[in-house]
Amino acid sequence: MAETQTAPSPRQPRFRSAVTETRPARYALMAIAFVFLAIFLLLPLIIVFIEAFQKGFGAFGEALADADTLSAIRLTLLVAAISVPLNMIFGIAAAWAIAKFEFKGKAFLTTLIDLPFSVSPVISGLVYVLLFGAGSVLGPWLKAHGVEILFAVPGIVLATVFVTFPFVARELIPLMQEQGTGDEEAAISLGATGWQTFWYVTLPNIKWGLLYGVLLCNARAMGEFGAVSVVSGHIRGLTNTMPLHVEILYNEYNAVGAFAVASLLAGLALVTLVLKTLLEMRYGAELAATRGH
Amino acid sequence: MSSSPASAAGWRFRTPSVIPGFGLTLGFSLAYLTLIILIPLSALVWRTTSLGWTDFFEIATDRRTLRALEVSFGTALIAAGVNVVFGTIVAWVLVRYRFPGRRIVDAMVDLPFALPTAVAGIALTTLYAPRGWIGSLLGPLGVKVAYTPLGIVIALIFIGLPFVVRTVQPIMEEIDKGVEEVAATLGASRFQTIWRVLFPGLAPAILTGFALAFARGVGEYGSVIFIAGNLPYVSEIAPLLIVIRLEEYDYAAATAIATIMLALSFVMLLFINLVQTWSRKRYG
Repeated sequence: MAETQTAPSPRQPRFRSAVTETRPARYALMAIAFVFLAIFLLLPLIIVFIEAFQKGFGAFGEALADADTLSAIRLTLLVAAISVPLNMIFGIAAAWAIAKFEFKGKAFLTTLIDLPFSVSPVISGLVYVLLFGAGSVLGPWLKAHGVEILFAVPGIVLATVFVTFPFVARELIPLMQEQGTGDEEAAISLGATGWQTFWYVTLPNIKWGLLYGVLLCNARAMGEFGAVSVVSGHIRGLTNTMPLHVEILYNEYNAVGAFAVASLLAGLALVTLVLKTLLEMRYGAELAATRGH
Repeated sequence: MSSSPASAAGWRFRTPSVIPGFGLTLGFSLAYLTLIILIPLSALVWRTTSLGWTDFFEIATDRRTLRALEVSFGTALIAAGVNVVFGTIVAWVLVRYRFPGRRIVDAMVDLPFALPTAVAGIALTTLYAPRGWIGSLLGPLGVKVAYTPLGIVIALIFIGLPFVVRTVQPIMEEIDKGVEEVAATLGASRFQTIWRVLFPGLAPAILTGFALAFARGVGEYGSVIFIAGNLPYVSEIAPLLIVIRLEEYDYAAATAIATIMLALSFVMLLFINLVQTWSRKRYG
């Protein structure tokens, strides 16, 4: 068998398994992994909360009670409340068309849906500036009609929708493809309408996958920085989302303020991770993500 | 609306089905996709073509543009390389070893997906600043991280790690242990088994993870701009240069740089798809 054999002990089998590493190698690999994760993932997370509370709970609370911070929180919630449902409806519709039917160009359509993931966030914002900005075809028309898109809430929503576009669809498409069309065909042949079939047959089948996709979509929608930064215009109290407000406070050397807002976003990330893990543990069989793509 | 009048034997747009809603869902999906993604992206392409070849070439070969692209692609390449090594080790530890808290460690790997990039940016900057926890340890050794290109690499390692782990992990879970047993029985050392037997099967996944981490790193903005110092010609990334050009109302330059980046990321995407098709063919 293998080279060195560790001394047999009552707890250890006499023959070392051939399909694992020696004990020192195992410990070394684990040590490398843990130290790497601690430095690159754990420390950044811890420092956010330490910096937020470095001047005590009072200063933390004051930082959050600031009027501009509150309006940033409100705007972030508003943007997520609009863009997440939009992408959810799209995700369901796209998954229905792609998973339940066979048609030409399906693979191409699926690739197009993933497109926003391979575009830099800054470019995602830039395309809307080019579309609606002063030098564009639409710009002067919009200005004449008093429609504000750039440097206003609609622009922020559009940029957010762009970057979070694939999340729900890419979770639902593989899931619904795997589930096939048998359930729906049975329901239809028993006389159910299309809506009844969706509502009572398909939706219960995909609800955990849908929740999973919405969860990830929401986390990105609330945390998006680059795309929103390009279209927002950074008007304090008006077009500042939470991540943009973090930047402004940080650049003003207001560390407590910046990290207080950042800690809320980090809290959101942690809640997202916990819910995601719970979903994977309890409903892993009903998610596409946990079974590879 | 959807099924073509052609006969059953001829070309048809879709296979008939009793399930309703094809027209509605496909129509809505296409309309939404066109409005949100395709029209805005074509605005970028249209702006670029209206630039003219000489203008485009002049911007593309501008020293600052070239340097920014070099910084973006160079740092993303190094960070993706680091992530391939450590990400593969992390995936191996998570798949093969059992230890208390494994689930928590596993969940933690997704933190960079969930944590807003601006938060990661200020957190990393605080850690690696000269007076920060890690910066103050590295300072005496003469290593400066924050406000240098090295800081960009650190931020991109953070951002890219889950791409490698999450691409490699499922493939590792599927490894048939019988293969390893056979290799061991035939006299291969553990190292030989891993290197000569397991690694070739994992290589496409590792390569895909590398490409995904690299592509993400090239376009990354939020986490980088805080730690980079943003010195032109030294630590200025391409996405930041786009933002700077926009703020100067130099839309032509912003558009040109964006188009170059977009073209390069499409090449990346194509490469990823090729690797996946090739590995599916080879390893089924």
